[in-house]
Amino acid sequence: MEKDQDKILNEVTQSEYKYGFVSDIESESISKGLSESVVRLISQKKNEPEFMLEFRLKAFRYWQKMKMPEWAHLQIPEIKYQDIIYYSVPKQKVSGPQSINDIDPELKATFDKLGISLDEQKRLSGIAVDAVMDSVSVKTTFKENLAELGIIFCSFSEAVQEHPDLVKKYMGSVVPYTDNFFAALNSAVFSDGSFCYIPKGVRCPMELSTYFRINAANTGQFERTLIVAEDDSYVSYLEGCTAPKRDENQLHAAIVEIIANKNAYVKYSTVQNWYPGDKNGLGGIYNFVTKRGKCAGENSKISWTQVETGSAVTWKYPSCILLGDNSVGEFYSVAVTNNHQQADTGTKMIHIGKNTKSTIVSKGISAGFSNNSYRGLVKVTKNATNARNYSQCDSLLLGDKCGAHTFPYIEVDNKDSIVEHEATTSKIGEDQIFYCNQRGIKTEDAIGLIVNGYAKEVLNKLPMEFAVEAQKLLQISLEGSVG
Amino acid sequence: MSSEIVNIDIKDKLLDLYHTNHETLKSSSPDYINIIREKAIEQFKKLGFPDKKNENYKYTDLKKEFDNGYKTYLSQNNIKFEIKDIFSCDVPDLNTKVILLLNGWYYDRENLLIELPEGAIIGSFQKATEVYPELVKKHFAQYADTEKEGLVALNTAFVKDGIFLYVPKGVVIEKPIQIINVLMDEVEGFTQHRNLYILEENSQASIVVCDHTLSANNFLTNSVAEFFVGQNAQLDYSRIQNEHNGSKQVSHLFFHQERDSNVTANTISLHGGLIRNNISVLLNGEGCENNTYGLYLTDKGQHIDNYVFIDHAKPNCISNQLFKGVLDDFATGAFSGKILVRKDAQKTQAFQANKNILLTDDADIKTRPQLEIYADDVKCSHGATVGQLDENALFYMRARGINKKEAKLLLMYAFAHEVIQKIRVPALKDRINDLVEKRLRGELSRCNSCQMHCCNA
Repeated sequence: MEKDQDKILNEVTQSEYKYGFVSDIESESISKGLSESVVRLISQKKNEPEFMLEFRLKAFRYWQKMKMPEWAHLQIPEIKYQDIIYYSVPKQKVSGPQSINDIDPELKATFDKLGISLDEQKRLSGIAVDAVMDSVSVKTTFKENLAELGIIFCSFSEAVQEHPDLVKKYMGSVVPYTDNFFAALNSAVFSDGSFCYIPKGVRCPMELSTYFRINAANTGQFERTLIVAEDDSYVSYLEGCTAPKRDENQLHAAIVEIIANKNAYVKYSTVQNWYPGDKNGLGGIYNFVTKRGKCAGENSKISWTQVETGSAVTWKYPSCILLGDNSVGEFYSVAVTNNHQQADTGTKMIHIGKNTKSTIVSKGISAGFSNNSYRGLVKVTKNATNARNYSQCDSLLLGDKCGAHTFPYIEVDNKDSIVEHEATTSKIGEDQIFYCNQRGIKTEDAIGLIVNGYAKEVLNKLPMEFAVEAQKLLQISLEGSVG
Repeated sequence: MSSEIVNIDIKDKLLDLYHTNHETLKSSSPDYINIIREKAIEQFKKLGFPDKKNENYKYTDLKKEFDNGYKTYLSQNNIKFEIKDIFSCDVPDLNTKVILLLNGWYYDRENLLIELPEGAIIGSFQKATEVYPELVKKHFAQYADTEKEGLVALNTAFVKDGIFLYVPKGVVIEKPIQIINVLMDEVEGFTQHRNLYILEENSQASIVVCDHTLSANNFLTNSVAEFFVGQNAQLDYSRIQNEHNGSKQVSHLFFHQERDSNVTANTISLHGGLIRNNISVLLNGEGCENNTYGLYLTDKGQHIDNYVFIDHAKPNCISNQLFKGVLDDFATGAFSGKILVRKDAQKTQAFQANKNILLTDDADIKTRPQLEIYADDVKCSHGATVGQLDENALFYMRARGINKKEAKLLLMYAFAHEVIQKIRVPALKDRINDLVEKRLRGELSRCNSCQMHCCNA
């Protein structure tokens, strides 16, 4: 048994990151470093209106005054912000791809390799994709079909050009640039991202998806997603990401903002699979993401589901501000860390409206030398009568050199609310494995089974296509590993 | 001999207080203590006073409490009262010898060290530093964390008197020892008593500590107690905090447990203007068991903050934490519990629960049950709830003719009972049951026959 475990653990630690290739695509980058002129240059290159430049500059000036936060349970070597290239564009012959044929074949091949077909044939699976490579949106599919319903789904830069009023109204309304260090940095230098607007009463017929890819070396990726769901609308949004294997760490600092108005329902699912670094902890993406949704209207609902398997460092707290009465926030998360990965992730649920409900289910799995922390805040303000929260944070340890930590914060200021928090930490029980073995299931399969069962509660919340990918990812990272 | 703190930054004030009085402080203690004292003040200088930016003090603002012109007791004060006349605790089975600390000083100056049967000693800490230098040297300031905690460093720098208990190898003290901390003065006083409890191998003791205020002035306490619990020793420690609303108390308990030792610590907070309890436990040997329980019943503008840190340094240990609280009026409360399971501490079982009932919208509670785990073969869980009384249960009782007020009381009483029943001294358990019931009824929670009307203020 002992030997088996070692072998299996070895296999796991040696399993390859299959998205680690580099595409040979010419890209146009600006020189590295960050200054006010770089911010101006980015804005200029993107031909942005005045208000955008102002927003960026304000954010940049604010960022200069800030210090990198140190409260997270992470050990991050100093990030040299002046060594990062803040803007890199895959070179295109024409200013923007008009049809699929205009896209660089190499680029197209890259996305095909990743299993993201930019072809319209994707219709079969019913997913509209906005592919973002090195901070620039490459291609948005199904745009026309969606437009018929009044849905706007395009790259952020396009939205800035074509729907400046919407961008101006909502950008920064959920995550202001003053929010935190990385939000300020992103607000200053973000290059692109996705924009999605669902008009009143529209139920988006297909899953919308953004695929992020970092390709060029020494670049940072700073994208911004803004989703606005008007009254009575519904949208399910997917996000995926990969990056090539490189020895140096790359920085990814993104912002996602969601606004759900009256009766709207936004479901946001992420499968985060940035390059996690090699088994000695060399390289990998530093992932600092600010995700926040605002349930602005009555009966609105925002649901976050995330499967976090990648990144050397993850710092991410998808949150819900439950402002509208009867609004609902949900957070489902599976975070897997292996080798030298570190994750500090969780959520914030701020109950402000009456009868607001939130559910938190977080499953952490740590293996190798990794550290996996859940950090969350549930806050019930004075007027949030009848607020209800249920949190469950479980950790599974696979190995004796990894760590699993839980740092929940619960602040209640209202007597009619009920807040519950539960957490357990354990390893896979020998009795569970024995039970499976007894029934003819190999140890390796048994562990796969148990881990999958353990994560099922969250995986079930993912849209079908994603659930399959997520399950495979789990299998790659953890199949058969046992502590 | 005493000094007023003048209006400058609190840290500088305290440093100043030390420097103006360090001759007095030093003259009263042997050199080995003074060396530690000097180090501690340097440490305090470095660490500073914990403000709200300190994550561990996020929910309790001590600055404004410490920033009052309290009188510091640098030597024994001469308040005389006849303990037997005004104080008699009717908890039977308690050791007849009542140990009294007045404003942080051991009261009975005639019997500074009392010999208990079989060589056990209890008495004044200050006296013990002279009489038993070897013992004190071995244990003093070994367990209290002056490296990280500014207030512990401050207490260590000002170390004067407190309780000293020594239970030698294999000695079992049958009857619980009762220690009473009394605060009484005509001016507002700041006490920093320092206590050292040593339980050697295979020994056993049970301690009951009651905190009382006897005059209506405001008081501030910053106390430290160190417990060394040797191999296979057993310690029951119960503390009843029953001070008036003008009293602010910061206490630090450090439990150091050796192999196979067993500690149960109950903290029952009935009254107090501001209470901050820091409880640190180091399980330094295999097979230890630690039970840390707390109950807090607060109302009006009271504030209670319990901070518990359990360090599982060795394998095969068990720890249980249960903290329950009822918050009424505009009382505020906080609980932080942290379980650290170190890399080698396999087969650890650590459980933590914090349950709260809010009775009004103005009351609030903040709870942080935390786990930090570096070993894989462990069973750890934590849970926290914030809620109100069960409507169904209320309805059930009312349907059976119990009026609403009584039904509510019954439920609260039942809620509190979970903690009370963990107290291992039966007589004390009954007494506390009584006190809690009265407290919940809103009556003054004092012992029937006790003449100390602590809560009148």
